[in-house]
Amino acid sequence: MRGRAMAEPIEMTVNGRRERLRVEEGTPLLYVLRNDLGLTGPKFGCGLAQCGACTVHLDGTAVRSCAMPVKSAQGAVITTLEGLAKRSGALHFVQQAFIDEQAAQCGYCINGWIMTAAALLDDNPNATDAEIRRALSGLKCRCGTHMSILRAVKLAGERMAVARKA
Amino acid sequence: MDYIVTHKGTTRRGFLKTGGALVVSFALPGCAVRPVGTAAPLPVAGGFWPASVDPASLDSWIRIAADGSVTASVGKIEAGMGIGTAFAQIVAEELDVPLERVTIVMGDTARTVDQRGTGSSNGITDGGSALRRAGAEGRGALVALAAEHLKVASEALRTRDGVVFVADDPSRRITYGELVGGRNFDVKVSERPKTKDPREYRFVGKPLQRFDIPPKVAGAYIYVADLRVPGMLHGRVIRPPEAGAKLLSVDASARLPGLVQVVRRGDFLGVVCEREEQAIDAARRLPVEWSRPAPMFWAGYDDLYRHLRATKPKASKEEGVKGDVDAAIAQAARVVEARYEYPFQSHASMGPACAIADVRDGGAVVWFGGQKPYPARLALAELLQLPGEKVRVVWMPGPGSYGMNDADDCAADAAVLAQAVGRPVRLQYMRSDGTGWDPKGPPIAFRMRAGVNATGGVFAWDYEARGFSGRTRNNGTEVAGDTLAGQLIGGHQAKITHWPQWPSESYNFPNVRKASHTIDWDRSLPTALRTAHLRDPDGMATCFASESFIDEVALATGSDPVEFRLRYLSDPRDIAVVRAAAEKAGWEKRAGPRPRDAGRYATGRGIAYAPRNQATVAIVAEVEVDRETGRYRVTRFTCAHDCGFVVNPSNLRGTIEANLIQGMSRAMHEAVRFDPTRVLSVDWLTYPIVDITEVPDAIEIVILNNRVEARSRGAGEPATRPVAAAIANALFDATGVRLRRVPLAPEGLLAAMRVQESGRV
Repeated sequence: MRGRAMAEPIEMTVNGRRERLRVEEGTPLLYVLRNDLGLTGPKFGCGLAQCGACTVHLDGTAVRSCAMPVKSAQGAVITTLEGLAKRSGALHFVQQAFIDEQAAQCGYCINGWIMTAAALLDDNPNATDAEIRRALSGLKCRCGTHMSILRAVKLAGERMAVARKA
Repeated sequence: MDYIVTHKGTTRRGFLKTGGALVVSFALPGCAVRPVGTAAPLPVAGGFWPASVDPASLDSWIRIAADGSVTASVGKIEAGMGIGTAFAQIVAEELDVPLERVTIVMGDTARTVDQRGTGSSNGITDGGSALRRAGAEGRGALVALAAEHLKVASEALRTRDGVVFVADDPSRRITYGELVGGRNFDVKVSERPKTKDPREYRFVGKPLQRFDIPPKVAGAYIYVADLRVPGMLHGRVIRPPEAGAKLLSVDASARLPGLVQVVRRGDFLGVVCEREEQAIDAARRLPVEWSRPAPMFWAGYDDLYRHLRATKPKASKEEGVKGDVDAAIAQAARVVEARYEYPFQSHASMGPACAIADVRDGGAVVWFGGQKPYPARLALAELLQLPGEKVRVVWMPGPGSYGMNDADDCAADAAVLAQAVGRPVRLQYMRSDGTGWDPKGPPIAFRMRAGVNATGGVFAWDYEARGFSGRTRNNGTEVAGDTLAGQLIGGHQAKITHWPQWPSESYNFPNVRKASHTIDWDRSLPTALRTAHLRDPDGMATCFASESFIDEVALATGSDPVEFRLRYLSDPRDIAVVRAAAEKAGWEKRAGPRPRDAGRYATGRGIAYAPRNQATVAIVAEVEVDRETGRYRVTRFTCAHDCGFVVNPSNLRGTIEANLIQGMSRAMHEAVRFDPTRVLSVDWLTYPIVDITEVPDAIEIVILNNRVEARSRGAGEPATRPVAAAIANALFDATGVRLRRVPLAPEGLLAAMRVQESGRV
């Protein structure tokens, strides 16, 4: 490869592991996660940051990895859907609620909803229906599972609020 | 459940590095992923696979391993509605094994019986019934073997949880694994094996959790886009920029990072690179020159519908003709007439299609996410010029389905690229290939007339549809000419059929004519406006026309829309769903729109109903309209649904809700945009779909006729059908304005309300 190949390797912490990679710096983070690190939780949906299927947490914030050059993740702490559960294997409240509400059809978009909802509820488990809808607005689900997604996110929020009080 | 590829005993990361092996695995409800089954190597090109898997042999359907685990195989696929779990429920039930011991394999031409694949909501009706028979036959065979082994009469034996035991002495027992573990049954499946008495059902009919959701929420469910094959390269395709453009020249010697090969055949053009982002980059930067053809499309929908209405049809058909419609209308005291229009719509699956093809050593293996692997095998063999026995097509979960989307084209493109480079190629389309180039649901222009007599009775009903046929592929990609690759390479013919478009409601009017005219659209085949099946093919369009018109005729006769329907409906199940939906929704009887009040927001309710392949559905939509902007929201759907006996009520609920929301999206937002030379809808901005801020506050569902005696009918599509009509009828109730063209956009509603207001002044 010519030209823009990085002299310095990319270093980032992904799902608790330090990673050091030499990739072309403009490569979207999504392809590095999927093809170099084998993390297929984040999906390619549009490559245009329009659908959210590629969402990951970057330093705790939900970002769209399809439109983010890997160099922007230099030194960052990244969590993907695979790393959202606790090390013990216990699922995140949002993941468990998606199971309990059976909130999926094809499931290809589910990464975006879970990662975005987890970031929202980690900040504010008491989010109202309107706040949840607003925070999740723009994410796409073509199968039309939105009703069960809303139920799942509300359920997760209730459980998280209870868990925080405890 | 479903088809999950992982690597037993290693991390998935290890799998990706090693290429790994194929393992069918599933997760227990609520638990983490638990791989089971036997690791088998990924199939490689060059193998020989028989032309078909023998449907008469029990071994084709059910295999029992030495540990008692069961693998059931079926020629259907999981489109995301949880059918894999439903199949497992059916097999566990009939075979009498614990549910979690059952693994379902779907849609692999080398391993599963050719049931063509999935379509027209036939997963449960065809796949489920085949598995029920196979399970029952298997249980019978196991009991016979046990009778021999235990030296008792078969009648003295019972089965439970994978064990055959003597009824009077349960200590005399033998497990299924001991009886046949790892060996063939060598038994034929009879037409009517003795199936279980439904009153004894333990799994079927229960709202069990889906097996595929735990791995989906954990990022462990493996879609075709996640499969990695050893030594694979990455491909991308380059489509003609304008409809009908010919490839004039390409600089195949361009020096682009990672470029392995530029593949050109006729007007087909693609690149193969070492890395995925390199392929994307190469496809963008490759110097290509295309011809500037004469415009093939229209300036917009007004032009298109004029074309459909004015053009001599290629095929015409009438159905349900009763009496003499023309004479009856000539004598009518009053004639009601209206025109409706329904646009091109895109499958716009959540992810653009992905396929991996390995074509070498005189054979091919292709992994794809399409609904019909068996016809696709024939088409790919023809395209690659290989014998069918040397081609294996393996279905894996795709990014959404809904009919004949871009999956089959992607498989063909990947195969062409892989054949050219002699190494496995993974091709994932870009969003613009997915939305921009999937085969579209066809547009239809309708003319409806009704004759009303002096006492307000309807005695003539005249339906006319003029559209492009959705059957530019014959219900599956069967021949090379059915694929874009085949069309762009040239020299291949598509298997076009002209399929009529009409509604199927059971209204009983004395004089009826239903006419469908399909207009020639064959020249669209290498373009982005060619047509194919989109969920409930033509159903939403035909129901939009006929069920909107029913409301218009009800209005003309001074009737309440529910009462009017009940007056003329003839099928008792149709009557039952209309009644149930109205009752559950708290239907307010009223002839004509809700009287207007002074408020900014107007509310209304509308009903529509439709039968589909022996299922039947009625929907009440409630809307709230902002009179100042025309923006509106569906605040509640109430759906009465009769698909006979329900295998998994929880799955059915999810499926109905998703049908309603996807249907709402299509009704409110969706029309493929085009100009005279090309399709302009290429992503989520140019082909908007429903947003979570718009979805209703509630969906109420009433399930009718859910009795073991009522044969299960497909539920994958019926609830889509009446959605557009129900919303249009609700908008009329709220505003007094009738929208007759989908999408039912706020701009159109606002403009119509302004006209209405100016008319009042």
